[in-house]
Amino acid sequence: MKLATLHELNAERAARRPVIIVTDVANGEQRLVKAGDFARDPLGAELAKQLRMGKSGMIEAGGRKLFLNVYAPTAKLVIVGAVHISQALAPLARSLDYDVTVVDPRTAFASPERFPDVPLIAEWPDVALPPLNIDPYTAFVALTHDPKIDDPALLHAFKCDCFYIGALGSRKTHAKRAERLRALGANETDIARIHAPIGLPIGAVSPSEIAVAIMAEITAQLRLPPKEKEQAA
Amino acid sequence: MLNRDEDILKAAEDWQKAGHGVALATVVETWGSAPRPAGSSLVINDDGTFLGSVSGGCVEGAVVTEALDVITSGQPRMLEFGVADETAWNVGLSCGGTIRVFVEKVG
Repeated sequence: MKLATLHELNAERAARRPVIIVTDVANGEQRLVKAGDFARDPLGAELAKQLRMGKSGMIEAGGRKLFLNVYAPTAKLVIVGAVHISQALAPLARSLDYDVTVVDPRTAFASPERFPDVPLIAEWPDVALPPLNIDPYTAFVALTHDPKIDDPALLHAFKCDCFYIGALGSRKTHAKRAERLRALGANETDIARIHAPIGLPIGAVSPSEIAVAIMAEITAQLRLPPKEKEQAA
Repeated sequence: MLNRDEDILKAAEDWQKAGHGVALATVVETWGSAPRPAGSSLVINDDGTFLGSVSGGCVEGAVVTEALDVITSGQPRMLEFGVADETAWNVGLSCGGTIRVFVEKVG
């Protein structure tokens, strides 16, 4: 690998931008392709597929054996609400290799005793969220059930290009929330981004089961091709 | 996710800039239940210092030896290891897979 390629790779990784290194294993020829350039690339479809799966592997193209090494940023999960469901969700998400942060201004909820080993921010969303750099590899969930906390958190998420936004609450609760968010300036596109009721419909009852439903829905959004994603939503 | 190798690639860059000969070894193909997935990498410098892994630890020694040759020659090479033999079993790997590792010089 040329030093310039390695340098560019490290810079892209530090900026949490996905890239794929394409190596011709017969002669060591190599190029770095940024995700933003996939559409213009002759291998675009293959590159997009490997990136979506987060999986490196060999392909054959034009009689050449090429290794596609995928460098996708570590997915992040931002949980607003240090509630009972979050106590199950945080360790589950970590087991799926997400970097997890829990935000809740209520210190009785956001306590290390309730969330051992999880980064906790006991601040209001307007203070806590901007430094978290919510990006296209971030999933965002609002679980407090308290409009004072969830609404401003969601308004912040709308400004970010995160891959998933979910909010706890029944259809009825969500309809009221949508009204409040509209009154606060959110548009229909913003509101349509919210997955609510949150999680895949698996009949989840307990906090742990709801956590499974949420992570299943987040996984679908991360991994499925766009068309199948719509069906899963 | 496959991106926990962070500091390995940074180390490769730093070593190279510090004047070391550096090689990068990457798992490109696996068959059976190989210990580390494709994309896993090991970086080696001309002191024989290495970071990362391409297996559970059983073939790293051999990869480092080959990598030192690659640093000298500059020519990339492909290595193949079966990890199902008795030696592998003895060092605690019962997975029974095969891996192919691409070794290239950095710089």
